[in-house]
Amino acid sequence: MKNRTPLTLEEEILARDFSDNQAEPPFLPLDRRDFLKLLGGGIVISVAVPNMWAQREGGPRRGQPLPTDFNAFLRIGEDGRVTGYTGKIEMGQGIITSLAQMLAEELDVAYDRVHMVMGDTDLCPWDMGTFGSMTTRFFGPPFLRAAAEAKAVLVELAAEKLDVPKEKLKTKDGVVYESSGPKKITYGELAQGKKILRHIEGAPLETPAEFTLIGKPELRRDSIEKVTGRARFAGDIRVPGKLYARILRPPAHGAKLVSVDLEEAKKVEGVQVVHEGDLVAVLHEHPDVAEEALGRVKAQFDKPEPYADDKTIFDHLLKVAPPGEKVAAGGDLAEGEKAAQFIAEETYLNSYVAHAPMEPHTALAKMEGGKLTLWASTQTPFPLKEQAASLLGIAPQNVHVIAPFVGGGFGGKSANGQALEAVRLAKLTGKPVQVAWTRAEEFFYDTFRPAAIVKIKAGAAAEGLMSLWDYGVYFAGDRGAQTFYDVPNHRTTAYGGGWTAPPGAHPFATGPWRAPSNNTNTFARESHMDVLAVKAGMDPVEFRLKNLKDARMRRVLQAVAEKFDWKPAKAPSGRGYGVACGTDVDSVVAHMAEVEVNKSTGEVRVKRLVCAQEMGLCINPEGARLQIEGCLMMGLGYALTEEVHFTGGDIHDKNFDSYQLPRFSWLPEIETVILDAKDSPPHGGGEPAVICMGGVIANAIFDATGARVLQLPMTPERVKAALARV
Amino acid sequence: MKQTLEFILNGKPARLNVDPQRKLLWVLREDLGLTGSKYGCGEGLCGACTVVVGRKAARSCLLTMQDVAGQHVRTIEGLESKGKLHPLQRAFVEHDALQCGYCTPGMIMNAYGLLLETPRPTRRQIIEGMEGNLCRCAAHQRIVAAIRTAARRMQGGER
Repeated sequence: MKNRTPLTLEEEILARDFSDNQAEPPFLPLDRRDFLKLLGGGIVISVAVPNMWAQREGGPRRGQPLPTDFNAFLRIGEDGRVTGYTGKIEMGQGIITSLAQMLAEELDVAYDRVHMVMGDTDLCPWDMGTFGSMTTRFFGPPFLRAAAEAKAVLVELAAEKLDVPKEKLKTKDGVVYESSGPKKITYGELAQGKKILRHIEGAPLETPAEFTLIGKPELRRDSIEKVTGRARFAGDIRVPGKLYARILRPPAHGAKLVSVDLEEAKKVEGVQVVHEGDLVAVLHEHPDVAEEALGRVKAQFDKPEPYADDKTIFDHLLKVAPPGEKVAAGGDLAEGEKAAQFIAEETYLNSYVAHAPMEPHTALAKMEGGKLTLWASTQTPFPLKEQAASLLGIAPQNVHVIAPFVGGGFGGKSANGQALEAVRLAKLTGKPVQVAWTRAEEFFYDTFRPAAIVKIKAGAAAEGLMSLWDYGVYFAGDRGAQTFYDVPNHRTTAYGGGWTAPPGAHPFATGPWRAPSNNTNTFARESHMDVLAVKAGMDPVEFRLKNLKDARMRRVLQAVAEKFDWKPAKAPSGRGYGVACGTDVDSVVAHMAEVEVNKSTGEVRVKRLVCAQEMGLCINPEGARLQIEGCLMMGLGYALTEEVHFTGGDIHDKNFDSYQLPRFSWLPEIETVILDAKDSPPHGGGEPAVICMGGVIANAIFDATGARVLQLPMTPERVKAALARV
Repeated sequence: MKQTLEFILNGKPARLNVDPQRKLLWVLREDLGLTGSKYGCGEGLCGACTVVVGRKAARSCLLTMQDVAGQHVRTIEGLESKGKLHPLQRAFVEHDALQCGYCTPGMIMNAYGLLLETPRPTRRQIIEGMEGNLCRCAAHQRIVAAIRTAARRMQGGER
C-alpha cells in the first residue's frame, strides 16, 4: 500500500468496492460460540466492558439480563482482511464509515482493508439498539480496545516469527516491521494457520496526537452500493415462494372489528386469506395483487368516541397530566421573583410529528425446520430476536435477525410491529412472508413525537441578569429540559415523563423522535430567552452571554456569531435574524438563521442557516457535517409544516400530500462549523443539530416582524395569527 | 387478463406475459428482480420509484405495464455503462449526496431525466426539477451540488 502511485480522488473512490454489510448466505442460525469456532483461521479478538450499558442513560429496561460475554469483536483473516462486527445498524447516520475509520486507525491497517458486518444477530455481538447517538460514544471505546489488543497480539506473533524483541517492532499499513532493520511481516501472514481467540478487558489506546485516520474527512463507504441500486434493504431480499401480506387495518386507533366478509377477496386468483383473532390478512406472490384483494374485504368496525383532536389535544393533556417530577432546582423562587425587574410568562406548544422515513417499516420472515430467519428494517435487531422468539415460543438461538441497510429510522424503527406481523403470518401460512407497510400504514402506526406543552415563568434583574427561571414541561420528557444558563433561583419540573405517557393521554402511539424531548425543550427555552432579551432591551446574543458561564456553550455561540457575522441589535431589528443554543448527547450547538416573512400570507422563507457544533473528538468530519446539514434541513420540517392531523384515533394524514416534508425549494444556504475538541472523548453527532430548529426560526420570525409564534409548527396561519397580536 | 407485452428495458428488448394493469414498479421489483426502484408512497408523491420512460422521468408506482408497452424504460440498474458509473452516480458518491440511500436511485433517475431535457440547468431549474423527490435524511444541499457537477462533466463529454 505504501508505494502505490497516488490515485486521484475519483479513481480512489471507484477503486473501492467495500461491499460492507452484505454478508452472503448461508445465514446459519448459530450460537456465537459456534460461530467463533466456525470462523476457521485467523485472529479473533473480543472485548467485554461489564455493565457498560446499564450505567448509561437509556439503558435496557430493568429485569432484562445483560449479556456479559462481550460487546465488540473483530477478526483478522488469513488474507489480511480485517472485519469489524457490530450489532449496530446503518440507517444513514454513517457509522459504517466512522467505525471502519476507528478500526483502521487503532490497528494500523489500510482503511480499505477494513470491512464491517452490522446488525446480524448471528454474526455480531449483542447490542441493545441503534439510537441515542450511542454508537461512537459507547460502542466506540470497546471497539477501539479490541483493535488495540489485536495489534498487541500481532506484534507478539511477529516478535516470535521474526526473532526480534517486540520493543523493536512497529506497525503500519497492515505490516509489522523492525524499526531499525529489514525484517517485516504482514498481518495476513501472521494470521495464517492461526486460530487465536483472545478475550480482554482492556488495552492501551492510541492518543489523539498519534491519530492519522481519525479526524480525517472520509466519504461514505456505502455509497457505491447505494447509487447503483445494489444496496439491499429489507424489502429487497428475495427468497423463493415469498408471499406479500396486506393486513386489514382499523379506521382509527381503538376501533374494534365487528364483522368481516372475506368471500370476494378469496376469489382473487392465487390469494391466500388468513383470519386469526384480530388478524385479517390477504397474501399473494405479488404485492399489488394482494393490495387488490384487500380492497375486496368488507369489514365493519366500531369506532370509539374521539376525546381529542389536533386542536384540543393540549387542553386534554394538561387535564390528564400526572404530578410533576423535579428535574432540577436551586435557590428560592420567591427571592428570584422579588429581585426581578420584569417577569415574562409564556406557554409553548408543539404538535405530534411523524418520523416518515422514506423506507416504510418492512420485514421478511422465513420459518424452516423450527428456525426463523427474519430480515427487518429495524433499529433494534437483538431485542427483535427476543420478541420473535417469545411470539413463537421458541428458544432465541433459533431466531436469526438480519438488519440490512435501513432506509432511515430517526427513532421510529425500534418497536418492530411489522416484523412481528410477518413472523405471525409466516407461522400461519408456512411460507416466507413479507410485510411492507404502505405509506398510510406508516403514518397510522408510527410512534409519533408527542404533542407537548412547556410553561415558563422567568425574570431578570438589573443589567439583564436573570434571577428567576421556573420551567414546567408536559409530556415531552426531560432530556434537555434543565437550563444551562446561570439563574440563581430556578426550578425545572417534568410532567408526564417522556414518550411513555399514561393510558388515555395520547390517542395513539408515541415514541422517541431524533433527539427526543430536546426539540420541545430547546424550542421553549430559546424562545423564552429571546422574550427576556427583548424585555431587557438587549441583543439576544449579548443577553445569552451575560447569563452563560459554560465555556463550551460560550465557545459555540461565539463561533456561530462570527461565522454568521452577527451584528448586535435589539429585536425586532427587521433583519430576520435568529439565534438558539442547545445541548444534546454531550455535544453543544449554536444556530443562527436568516428568514423572510411574507406578512400577508404568513409564509416563512429560511434564507440562511449557520450551525456551530462541538462534539468532542470528531471521528469523521465529513460524516459529521452531513449529519448536521441533515439535522438543519430536516428540522425545518417540524419548525414550519410538520404536524399530524387527527380526530381521536383517526389519523387524517395518510401520505405526503397533507403531511409536508422539507423539499428542494426550501433549501437555504447552509454553513457548518465543527469546533476542534480532539482531547475530549467523542460525543453524539446524529442528533444535536436538530434541536435548535424550532427556537432559531421562531426567534428569526420575531426579529423580522415583532410577532412571537408560540406553537410548532409555525404554519402560515399561526404566523398570521401572531402578526395580528403585534 | 395476462397479455404479452414488449418494451425496451435498460437498452434490451423485454417480453413479459403480464396483466397490463399491473404497476411497473412491482413488475420491475418482483417479476424482474430489479429492486433498485423503491416503494415510498405509492401515489407519485415522493419519487423513490422514479425511472425514465423515453426521455422523461416518471413514477413507476403510477405507470401500468400498458403505459410502457413499446417504450424505452431505464432504471437505476441500467445507468452504468460497461461497468462504469454514470457521471451522476459518480457525483453523488463524491459529494456524499446521500445518507440512508433509500431515495437515492429515484433521485438519480429523476436527475437523469432532468438532464436529458435540460442539459445545462441553472441551480433554479435543478431545484424545480427535483421538487417532487423527497429525502428525509435531508441531503438536499449535496444532491443539488452533485447534479451540477454531473451536468458540467456531461457537457464536457463525459458519459
